[in-house]
Amino acid sequence: MTKYYISILLTAILTNNFVLSKFLGICPFLGVSKKLKTATGMSLAVIFVMAMSTAVTYPINAYLLEPKGLGYLQTIVFILVIAVLVQFVETVLKKYIPSLYSALGIYLPLITTNCAVLGVVLLNVERAGAEPSFGFAASMFNSVGGGLGFMLAMVMFAGVRSKMESCDIPKFLQGLPITLIAASLVSVSFLGFGGIVENIFG
Amino acid sequence: MAEKTTLRKEFTKGLLVENPVLRLVLGTCPTLAISTSMTNSIGMGISAMIVLVCSNIAISMLRRVIPSKVRIPAYIVVIASFVTIVQMLVKAFVPALDSALGVYLPLIVVNCIILGRAEAFAGKNSVAASAVDGIGMGIGFTAALLCMATIREFFGNGTLFSGADSLLNLFGITSFTGIEIFSRLPESLHIEPILILILAPGGFFTFGLLMAVSNKIAEGKGKPKAELRGCDSCPMSGSCSLIARDEAGDCAEKQPAQATANTTGGDA
Repeated sequence: MTKYYISILLTAILTNNFVLSKFLGICPFLGVSKKLKTATGMSLAVIFVMAMSTAVTYPINAYLLEPKGLGYLQTIVFILVIAVLVQFVETVLKKYIPSLYSALGIYLPLITTNCAVLGVVLLNVERAGAEPSFGFAASMFNSVGGGLGFMLAMVMFAGVRSKMESCDIPKFLQGLPITLIAASLVSVSFLGFGGIVENIFG
Repeated sequence: MAEKTTLRKEFTKGLLVENPVLRLVLGTCPTLAISTSMTNSIGMGISAMIVLVCSNIAISMLRRVIPSKVRIPAYIVVIASFVTIVQMLVKAFVPALDSALGVYLPLIVVNCIILGRAEAFAGKNSVAASAVDGIGMGIGFTAALLCMATIREFFGNGTLFSGADSLLNLFGITSFTGIEIFSRLPESLHIEPILILILAPGGFFTFGLLMAVSNKIAEGKGKPKAELRGCDSCPMSGSCSLIARDEAGDCAEKQPAQATANTTGGDA
């Protein structure tokens, strides 16, 4: 069983990386990765919100929506739950843990409309419906893995971008085009992980 | 007469000058993920356009009713309702498209184009102008998607409109299933498709090149380069500017960033 959870975690981080192979959360990946500090702060906030929202939406789906046959309301219920949750977490952090708020707080409102968070929640529910062994614990591992994968991609890319600043880039590629091409090369390196998890745990 | 010309302007600006993908850099996630196939791009573009037009109209009608403090949650509810409607229609009438788009269909809710237009345009303008703006932006989005998908599908898979029957089924046409190009070439001209173009890295690469071309054209017309200026059209601009200020600030953080580049360079 432990093996199963570790394989879920590693798959989410390496082979099915949210940013580099599923294209979820591209906006923060391109927009907030200029500096290592902001990249780390944003990623930590994403891991936190992903885990929290899975912990809340999984029971809502399993005990409320599915038994009542309201599966079609998933999208609207989940986005509202995430929005409320983010607002709630922000308020609580501001009041009780100001140090954490100053580190993560400014990223929280951005995360409501981050497709990686809604994406992970929807993917978990979809997979849980198709695969009976994929329960609450597996969903949590998948979410945390997805968040860690997001962090890995962000931190790596922040490094690549800081190197790029001192490079002599052809004029027509300056700005966004070279950033996207650099992202493509980082993504190639993640292609190399294909099959690795299956081979270790298969 | 003046009314007419402004409406036409609202329509055409979405196609080129303010193309949501190539000029405003919005909705990058679906653009990269769906553009592996031309058929799916058209399906995605039309679904997003329906949501965009309907939500623009609804939000524009409600713009005097929604208090400005809670407008973002209100917009999200309106958008999510229309996405659910579109999701159910696609499931019922074009099930093949539903399985091809997968999670990206419900993710139209968080597509920045839609929330961005609601915040930047529909919340401030008349119903007619908002509807026209939605149609223009929707067509611009579809065109950019289709442009990328044509390049990726042609070179990466050697086909055009592969699997088109899933969409055309709606009109009772099942005979057209796309054009195979590479596999029809004579033996002496045999070419293998560049598979990596339909994989994830190819998405980033094609988008980068398209962005360079679009920047070049914009430069020729004296327009600025496309940048990730989410802050203008993104509804979360309040917190966005905080990050922008943070990023523009001190360069003391450069040192650790450099160090990471060195350690991760080996893996890449």
